[in-house]
Amino acid sequence: MVKVTIDDIEIEVEEGTTIMNAARMIGGDVVPPAMCYYSSLPGTGGKCRTCLVEIAAGSTKDPRPMPKLMVSCSTQVQDGMIVKNRTSEKVIENRGAVVEFLLINHPLDCPVCDQAGECDLQDLGFSHGKAGTRYEEERRTFDPIDIGENIKLHMNRCILCYRCVHVANQLTDQRVHGALHRGDHTEISTYIEKAVDNDFSGNMIDVCPVGALTDRTSRFKSRVWFLNPMNASCECTKCSGKAVVWMFGKQMYRVTTRQDKYGEVEVVDGKPEWICNECRFDKKDLSKWTIEGPRHIDRHSVISQGHYEKPNPLKNATKNIE
Amino acid sequence: MGRKLLLEHIDVPGIETFDVYRNHGGYKSVEKALKTMSPQEVVEEVQKSALKGRGGAGFPTGMKWSFLAKPEGVPRYLVCNADESEPGTFKDRYLMEKLPHLLIEGMITSSYALGANTSYIYIRGEYYFILEILEKAIDEAYAKGFLGKNILGSGYDLDLYVAPGGGAYICGEETALLESLEGKRGNPRMKPPFPAIKGLYGCPTVVNNVESIAAVVPIINIGADEYLKIGTEKSSGTKLISACGNLARPGVYEIELGLSVEEFIYGDDWCRGIANGKKIKALIPGGSSVPILPAHLITKTATGETRYMSYESLSDGGFASGSMLGSGGFIAFDEDQCIVRNTWNFARFYSHESCGQCSPCREGTAWMEKVLRRIENGEGNMRDIDLLADINKKIEGNTICPLGDAAAWPVAAAIRHFREEFEWHVTHPQDALKGNYGLLSMPSITL
Ligand SMILES: Cc1cc2nc3c(=O)[nH]c(=O)nc-3n(C[C@H](O)[C@H](O)[C@H](O)COP(=O)(O)O)c2cc1C
Ligand code: SF4
Ligand code: SF4
Ligand code: FES
Repeated sequence: MVKVTIDDIEIEVEEGTTIMNAARMIGGDVVPPAMCYYSSLPGTGGKCRTCLVEIAAGSTKDPRPMPKLMVSCSTQVQDGMIVKNRTSEKVIENRGAVVEFLLINHPLDCPVCDQAGECDLQDLGFSHGKAGTRYEEERRTFDPIDIGENIKLHMNRCILCYRCVHVANQLTDQRVHGALHRGDHTEISTYIEKAVDNDFSGNMIDVCPVGALTDRTSRFKSRVWFLNPMNASCECTKCSGKAVVWMFGKQMYRVTTRQDKYGEVEVVDGKPEWICNECRFDKKDLSKWTIEGPRHIDRHSVISQGHYEKPNPLKNATKNIE
Repeated sequence: MGRKLLLEHIDVPGIETFDVYRNHGGYKSVEKALKTMSPQEVVEEVQKSALKGRGGAGFPTGMKWSFLAKPEGVPRYLVCNADESEPGTFKDRYLMEKLPHLLIEGMITSSYALGANTSYIYIRGEYYFILEILEKAIDEAYAKGFLGKNILGSGYDLDLYVAPGGGAYICGEETALLESLEGKRGNPRMKPPFPAIKGLYGCPTVVNNVESIAAVVPIINIGADEYLKIGTEKSSGTKLISACGNLARPGVYEIELGLSVEEFIYGDDWCRGIANGKKIKALIPGGSSVPILPAHLITKTATGETRYMSYESLSDGGFASGSMLGSGGFIAFDEDQCIVRNTWNFARFYSHESCGQCSPCREGTAWMEKVLRRIENGEGNMRDIDLLADINKKIEGNTICPLGDAAAWPVAAAIRHFREEFEWHVTHPQDALKGNYGLLSMPSITL
């Protein structure tokens, strides 16, 4: 076990733990935002740079501060390491810059984007971004494309976190490239469409932190905050059948994986509970599911605006007024 | 003229063939190493020579070699970085084109030192014609028993392959190179682990520049003690400099490190001054990634000392008033050149060559390119100059690989030393479109 201090809070963790995971064990404000790292997808992390932290002391053995900010998702803790996250001005400033970088080419089309209300980039912009922009240039644009029958890719919104590429990597060994071209004209593209003809490809939608990958069977049907997420399960031969169904009254609009407070698919007995495409796209019928109860979602405050978790006192009141 | 350790026989007709090369002392280092030295002794000799990596970063080669992990039963690799794509740098090309056997000889001796039985030369895609030259030379070396099984009866085996890249600057970054060599997209890897522990196919690997590997040949031949007598205390040996820009006699030169910059630019044996009798306005001494120097900091440092062609003297003054020897891409600008235009040109290069993996580099390089294009084309604002300075501060140090820094530094240095020229572009948009901001209109600089 090694001891690490993050924002003045000390914690003992196993050797080899990353700073990010140590911070997640503490929880709360100490946890750096992650836009590309995803624990159930080995190889992710290091790309978005939103999780940068300052290392005020490297370890007990070598207590020198590190000259550069380090990515917490991919840097392992050392015994005696002192990490500054929210307590470091340098971190706040540079993280703000990363948010600015992620937004300069983003279309900011939240009003017509299905991810709005459950978007990690919205949340990040809200917590770390600035109002206003210094960007006066033309934004890069791409045409939306279909990745298979049920998935839409809006490359304009993509932040190139590579998570979907890693999903594809796990699903098929025939994927050649998920990213085409380079620099700011990099694009997640058709190689995936060609290579991923797989029962689990829909999980790309859930790992996508923004509205770049959306579900064609549910898009444009309803704002996410008008829906009531419910834990539900079904008999399925392909996957665990444990999902979240998103209801509008008695109508089922969408099915997703169950996600934890970091937006990552729940892991049960060491296995991530990905769901199959049939459960996701084809079972929009309440009779096929057993509803277990409301799904608590504390990440995106806007979703709980539907007050789906508690009996709503206002409901009867409105009725009386009618 | 100084000693020539690498290019001594470059003008000998037929030197690209095995026989002529051999008749001029070629492959002696292989004989010496394999017959009279243990691999460890070769490593120690290179360590003693204080050879610094010639690929740009100047990391001591012997030290890099000593870090190579040697787990039982796992192959080790030597990979030669011949991706040479830095604007202004064309020394490796010259060496490989004219002296392919020198590189092959260096590869054999170095592979022996590292215990590698398979080695690769990763060459940039645009050098396809050199790939053919190298392969021909490799065939000859196989035929003469210098490659393959049981080389010179020593029991040491080595196979050498040349692998072409697809024409991406980023594949010169050592971990992107390894990805590309493995057949993947050339995205740099996160470090650690470093290649010395986990490199090609997850095995311990050394990546060295063409010139670093070639320099092993004279080091083994003349011995480290003799090598140390050449150059300066901190910069031993000779270095290839690819000189270009507005020089009267551009080209690839082998210099003894420690030659004065003034002598190199104006000396009869070297570049013979600025072309067409003009004055020098600025110099980039080590390839497009290093800071640009204004006229008054070229031949003298900020403290008035003579500036020399060496790692330590070129970086004297740090980023405030110095630069770096880098890869030896020496670019001179005469009085009529436009620094803004050149900075934009470099920014365009880096933005185009960014692999696009990490947000600060992907977005920041493209942003800087657009702002610089506007300024150069008379559409800039004063606040754009500060914006540029801020963007490059936010890229620097926050990226996966050093390409981000390499893109940020030239912009930072150009603004630091030539701010008034940027301002002139903003205040004189019409003039900026018509002509360049000449040296003579720069009041703060006296020659
Ligand atoms: C973007 C980028 C491009 C590079 N291109 C080259 C190159 O073309 N040739 C080269 O030798 N080193 C290049 N390098 C440096 C290599 O990463 C590595 O440091 C070098 O090959 C090590 O060789 P040396 O120790 O012999 O200098 C590049 C580095 C970066 C970050
Ligand atoms: S499409 Fe989504 S998951 Fe894929 S790289 Fe872009 S942002 Fe990430
Ligand atoms: S710094 Fe640039 S080139 Fe290097 S990994 Fe990041 S995006 Fe790619
Ligand atoms: S979460 Fe660490 S770099 Fe993206």
